[in-house]
Amino acid sequence: MAIAAFQPFMLIAILPEILLLVLATLIFALDALGGAGRRQSLGGVASLGLALILLATLGFGRPDAEQSLIFGGMLRHDWIAFTFKILLLFSAAVTCMLSMGVREVSARGEYYGLLVIATLGMTLMASSADLIMLYLAIETTSIPLYVLAGFMKGDDKSTESGMKYFLFGALTSAVMLYGFSLLYGFTGETNLYRLADALQASEMSPWLLSGVLALILVGFSFKVAAVPFHFWTPDVYEGAPTPITAFLSTASKAAGFAVLARVMLAVFPGIAGSWTAVLAGVSVATMTVGNLLALAQKNIKRLLAYSSIAHAGYVLIGLVALSQFGAASMVFYLLAYVVTNLLAFAVVILFARSAGSEEIADYAGLSRRAPGLALALLVAMLSLAGMPPLAGFVAKVYVFAAAVQSGLVWLAFVGVLNAIVGLYYYLTVLKVVYLYRSEHEDKPVPVPRSYAIALITCVVAVLLIGTLSGPWLQWAITTATSLF
Amino acid sequence: MDFPLLTVIVFTPIVSGLLILLIPGERKTEIRIAALAAATFALLLSLGAYIIYDRSLGGYQFVQIFTWIPQLGISYHVGVDGMSLPLVLLTGIVIFTGVLISWGIDDRPREFFAFLFVLASGVFGVFVSLDLFQLFFFYEIAVFPMYLLIAIWGWQVTREYAAMKLTLYLFIGSLVALVGGLAMYYTSGLGTFDLLALQEAGFSTAFQRLWFPFVFFGFAVLGGIFPFHNWSPDGHVAAPTAVSMFHAGVLMKLGAFAALRVGFMLLPEGARFWSPLILGLATVNVVYGAFIAMVQTDFKYVIGFSSVSHMGLVMLGFATLNREGLTGAGLQMFSHGVMTALFFAVVGVVYDRAHTRDIPKLGGFSKVMPLVAVAFIVGGLASMGMPGFSGFIAEFPIFMGLWKAQPVVALIAALGIVITAAYIMRVVGRVFFGKMPAEMEGHISRETALDRIALGVLAGILILVGVVPSVMAPLVASGADAVVRLLGGA
Repeated sequence: MAIAAFQPFMLIAILPEILLLVLATLIFALDALGGAGRRQSLGGVASLGLALILLATLGFGRPDAEQSLIFGGMLRHDWIAFTFKILLLFSAAVTCMLSMGVREVSARGEYYGLLVIATLGMTLMASSADLIMLYLAIETTSIPLYVLAGFMKGDDKSTESGMKYFLFGALTSAVMLYGFSLLYGFTGETNLYRLADALQASEMSPWLLSGVLALILVGFSFKVAAVPFHFWTPDVYEGAPTPITAFLSTASKAAGFAVLARVMLAVFPGIAGSWTAVLAGVSVATMTVGNLLALAQKNIKRLLAYSSIAHAGYVLIGLVALSQFGAASMVFYLLAYVVTNLLAFAVVILFARSAGSEEIADYAGLSRRAPGLALALLVAMLSLAGMPPLAGFVAKVYVFAAAVQSGLVWLAFVGVLNAIVGLYYYLTVLKVVYLYRSEHEDKPVPVPRSYAIALITCVVAVLLIGTLSGPWLQWAITTATSLF
Repeated sequence: MDFPLLTVIVFTPIVSGLLILLIPGERKTEIRIAALAAATFALLLSLGAYIIYDRSLGGYQFVQIFTWIPQLGISYHVGVDGMSLPLVLLTGIVIFTGVLISWGIDDRPREFFAFLFVLASGVFGVFVSLDLFQLFFFYEIAVFPMYLLIAIWGWQVTREYAAMKLTLYLFIGSLVALVGGLAMYYTSGLGTFDLLALQEAGFSTAFQRLWFPFVFFGFAVLGGIFPFHNWSPDGHVAAPTAVSMFHAGVLMKLGAFAALRVGFMLLPEGARFWSPLILGLATVNVVYGAFIAMVQTDFKYVIGFSSVSHMGLVMLGFATLNREGLTGAGLQMFSHGVMTALFFAVVGVVYDRAHTRDIPKLGGFSKVMPLVAVAFIVGGLASMGMPGFSGFIAEFPIFMGLWKAQPVVALIAALGIVITAAYIMRVVGRVFFGKMPAEMEGHISRETALDRIALGVLAGILILVGVVPSVMAPLVASGADAVVRLLGGA
């Protein structure tokens, strides 16, 4: 693929990034110039800005039929970048809406600013086509997220969360960078789309190459929270401000998968046999560990943390299938998962605002206290469990179908067994919500407007993706074509 | 047919359920009336379909097809034939009588009826599905609300355990079958989930033999086949009355029906290969279920195990692979559905008043509620297979088919009928006759008018089908013929 000289369309390709930078600057400026009263509206500015950027990207950012490397091969303007940008912007916008009622963060300019910068990093992750750009993008994402995870300075758990995330992140990122440097050292090439040929030409021994791959996978596994680099997840998710947990478990994970899929399929098609075997093992371990550990959780954020680990395992099935439909099912699964998980966290945040608790036991009586909110949680949990007519069901069917199509029937069965375990703990939450009584049943749970918008958007999306999944699947299939 | 009758039938309950959710929760009477109206509408529609169906034409009727997910060849495809039409009617009957029996539910009736209607839509959806994906879609919709219905409104002692056990059993079964379905989809190479197309796919013998057990047992779990029947009595007992009726009356048919539609009809060679095993297991169902029912002291467990026993007869009918057996199985699904709904309704009526289901502590109920006793006896006679009741019409062909296929199995399974007679007699004698315990004397009120309507409808149908079998038997036989054709004669 030839690298074109600068052309105006390249600016359109990075339109979301440019606008995100403008938005971040605007937020910092408003924060510095405005008084305390003005700061209350920062969340609104951020979420509205992100929503507008989302619309602008949808309107103008669509890639042409021809995939092109731009800016000297640093970025690639293609469907996978486009789709993931939409997904990331959606997640960021909803996260901002969900932050507006959380006392510790709602009126802090640097909070929203960092969130937007992290989103900027993620959108670059989705489109990076060069090892250097990729590393920069990952760090641009991670550093604001470390800060955000530890944002509540007065809270020991939040501080621990930020610290843990930083230490694990820095370490795995260093290992990954070492892998990148070895790749460059052996081939003299940093562009992802030329590395495959260069690797072929360099005649590296497969063992060495596998070792390099392993180093790189460490970094990626950390990003998507796959076993055995999942240890940080529960503690970080529990301690971080809940909207940030929502953001980490959706956008950050999705961006990680975008990178993982792109690098694996672009750079290492030559040894696909060995990395799919490794990732199949990782997938099984991730699903199983995530689901089994989730069984014992008493805190809803920790439960969702382990559940998010498990879901990373299902997503990996799509990648391991190593087919166009497999990649499409992966994209579709992420789409369904992001929307559903945001919904779940929206309910968690709302409940914590009025009840001040994240313990599952305290959700008792929620169905009497706030029937609408309970119903939203029902939708979220059942979608995560994979029940129709919700998004999670079709998503699971597609990844299992991809596995069967590629002859990985055993992997589909492992997925099925895991889905059963998953169903158990999601039902346990619903049981508490619907069955148990508490003395707080007469206290209503107020739902501010921004939350209502987020809730309704997500519920509608979960239902739409679940029932009319044709167009969404078509989108995912189109996206997948740019990976092969 | 221009009017999308089946689509309206499928979506009536779920739409009414959502509308009911909009009624303020404290206006309980309005909620109940709305639920009854919706259930009546669903019953009338399914009765309408039953009557309009052109018996001289046979085959699938009221067919509608839309593209749903074109990328995978999934469509929304509905239609009914002689096998599924009685089950659609059955669902209509059970939802109607179930709402009547549930009139007294006082804890959040809004949510109760909403979940019950979601369940009903799922059930209707499976019975009319002609697309494999769609079938799974509705199947799961039917399985899930069960959990909340049992866990929230069920019998306090065992509800959490039973609800979870049931849901996990059924979910695992359906997902295993789903993997089988996906294997069929990819192996056929047709790129479609359409059942009618997959029927003609001509899977290799080895493929059919390999995958048949996954698909069959995946679904048959819900049909209560031994040794995966364990969830069912626990679930029935823990569930509130209407849910038990639905559960034993309709949901178990869902499993049997899906096992037939997907297992037997798509993988006929696999069915032939595995039918001896199914015959064996189903015989265990029939005999063992009846024996266990015999020794229960809990009224509801007796009925729960009787369902296990009777569903065994359905599976036996399938496994004969011949016209008589399949016709009998189809009739038995309908007959058992009505009969067991009646049984559970009676158990509910008795328990609501006596507050115990312990058979030794009951007695003399026929004096207070003679009509309930009559209804129960009608159900009992049907379940023993007495001529003049629907059970005879159903069980006789099954045994005829069995005799043709495996005379030994017919002899052993006939034992089940004898034991059935014994435990039904025992329950009738202990609960309805004899002397009422002193502490209950004077505290037992009569059944309500709504209960009477519900029981009357159910008992009336059992007698009607028994006395005038032509209202149903030829229809089911035409459905059975279609299955036999796929199974390649016999």
